[in-house]
Amino acid sequence: MKKVYANPKHCVNCHLCKVYCIAAHSKSKDVLKAYKKENLKDTARIIVEETKTISCGLQCRHCDEPKCVASCISGAMRKDLNTGIVFCDPSRCVGCLTCVVACDYGAVQPGPDGKALKCDLCKDLGEPACVANCPNGAIAFLEKEDE
Amino acid sequence: MKHQALPPEFSVIRNEDKCIQCQACVRQCGFDVHEYDEEKNQVCANETNCVNCQRCVMICPTKALSITNNPNHYRINHHWNSVHIQNISRQAATGGVILTGMGNDKPMPSYFDRILINASQVSNPSIDPLREPMELRTYLGAKPDQIKLTSENGQLKLAEPPPPQVRIETPLLFSAISYGAISLEVCETLARAATELGTLYNTGEGGLHKDLYQYKNNTIVQVASGRYGVNHQYLNAGRIVEIKIGQGAKPGIGGHLPGEKITRSISETRMIPEGTDAISPAPHHDIYSIEDLRQLIYNLKEATNYQKPISVKISAVHNIAAIASGAVRAGADIIAIDGFRGGTGAAPMAIRDHVGIPIELALAVVDQRLREEKIRNRVSLLAAGGFRSSADVIKAIALGADAVYLATAPLIAIGCRLCQKCYTGKCSWGICTQDPYKTKRVNPELAAERVSNLIHGWSHEIKEMMGGMGINSIESLRGNRAHLQGVGLNEKELKLLGIKYAGEAI
Repeated sequence: MKKVYANPKHCVNCHLCKVYCIAAHSKSKDVLKAYKKENLKDTARIIVEETKTISCGLQCRHCDEPKCVASCISGAMRKDLNTGIVFCDPSRCVGCLTCVVACDYGAVQPGPDGKALKCDLCKDLGEPACVANCPNGAIAFLEKEDE
Repeated sequence: MKHQALPPEFSVIRNEDKCIQCQACVRQCGFDVHEYDEEKNQVCANETNCVNCQRCVMICPTKALSITNNPNHYRINHHWNSVHIQNISRQAATGGVILTGMGNDKPMPSYFDRILINASQVSNPSIDPLREPMELRTYLGAKPDQIKLTSENGQLKLAEPPPPQVRIETPLLFSAISYGAISLEVCETLARAATELGTLYNTGEGGLHKDLYQYKNNTIVQVASGRYGVNHQYLNAGRIVEIKIGQGAKPGIGGHLPGEKITRSISETRMIPEGTDAISPAPHHDIYSIEDLRQLIYNLKEATNYQKPISVKISAVHNIAAIASGAVRAGADIIAIDGFRGGTGAAPMAIRDHVGIPIELALAVVDQRLREEKIRNRVSLLAAGGFRSSADVIKAIALGADAVYLATAPLIAIGCRLCQKCYTGKCSWGICTQDPYKTKRVNPELAAERVSNLIHGWSHEIKEMMGGMGINSIESLRGNRAHLQGVGLNEKELKLLGIKYAGEAI
């Protein structure tokens, strides 16, 4: 399946991937409204790892056998068998955060509302918003054989 | 008062209704202007540091930022302007030389803006470059005085091999910017773009990094007064070897790359110890006459087995025609003339803004002089220094250039906004810095595409304008001054440029 790959060589540490991730997962799909009206600050599903000189955006690997799905007690965390996308259905999430502990990559985070937040590859948009808006080509949406 | 604070030159205007405190500006500013105040949950600006490089404006996802000139600047005075007051104040504090970067920004006359291009009407039809062939290809190198042919078995052949020629697909080359002045990523960007476009880029005096040898077929290698990174392999890697005598932004002086910029990689490329200052002397210490220049030219020809044209780059100064004539007689195959608008990574402001002459006049008088002395064929002329558009290029070629060197324009394509702070090494765009946190900001693949797009665009415009003139080859435009006319120029200027006044019968 196509996944998002980060390239630290080109990451400029602007964190715009987070901004556009938040906008893409807002009702309005608009950066300003997402932050100012919907109060979605700190709900990015991508994490930017940064040291002084190296940075890169990281998110869910959409594992073949996802531990977050196996550990979910309410059936909120699911893997779409057609697309391979692992996503959380917030209407079923009870906020136990077992998935946060279970993930090997630290890619599932607790959101401000207590529910699990994770990358869903912008499944409703076609191309992930982080990839589409990266100013320096540091995140790519690619089909790769092995990881 | 011992210390006098200077007022900020620019105002950072942040629309708080639009700012989402994402802090992209904080992370991108190379000059520590933006700062996030957690207590206030607000991004604040230290305007004193702002250089108006526009990086924050570009990166801001909500377009909340704009930078303007500080309205509370000094009282308006048409003689003592704010730059003079600021510089005097700075020098009173430091006793140092005022440095700057990029090219002369003073409102001196631009002859390009006072020259207009001809087009065909009725009796000499124009050509549509989309339907008919239009040639931008040209060859750099000395052309023989006459072609001698011999006949072998009824077939005509050249009696002696022609001097080395380098083919370029468009008359636009990238001028010298060294690795050290700019990052390796930007050198790679220019090398990749030149390779894709079938033209040449120039290493500058910083040597050729081992990763860039793969682009050697599109490389001009430079030998400057510091001789950094010059060795046999380097000389033979390039298509052309260029001797740098002068630079348009700072004629008569050398260069100084401070030790803190000499990283391991730059030290290896320049073949000097890590962390030591790289000082390029003002003159070549072995060139004090045309005869000495001839020696170096022939040394380089020997070293490259007479396979490469040798270029001599000189800055446009008062006696440029005689200097160029001397360089031709010294054996140069190419002469590059760098005008007073040419850029630099660092130069004293007094020199950048006041030394040298406009490229338009220099080019015209050199071409004229070489024609009069019947040696014009012995060199290709490259013009450099402040070419802003395809129209400037056309005008330079019609004034006598074979091709044009561009550096500022491709840097702008990469991101440069001419903030003129190259000498600080803090470039927010990651161009003129060696800080690994910032050099990543230029992704050579994306940047090379932007530079290629620019050159494609200009090449296309040049073809359209040539078509309009009824010319189908760039070589037919060279020195074809009948296609130029002047406006707002006096008799002397018209005479030096070798053109007529607008409306005058040809």
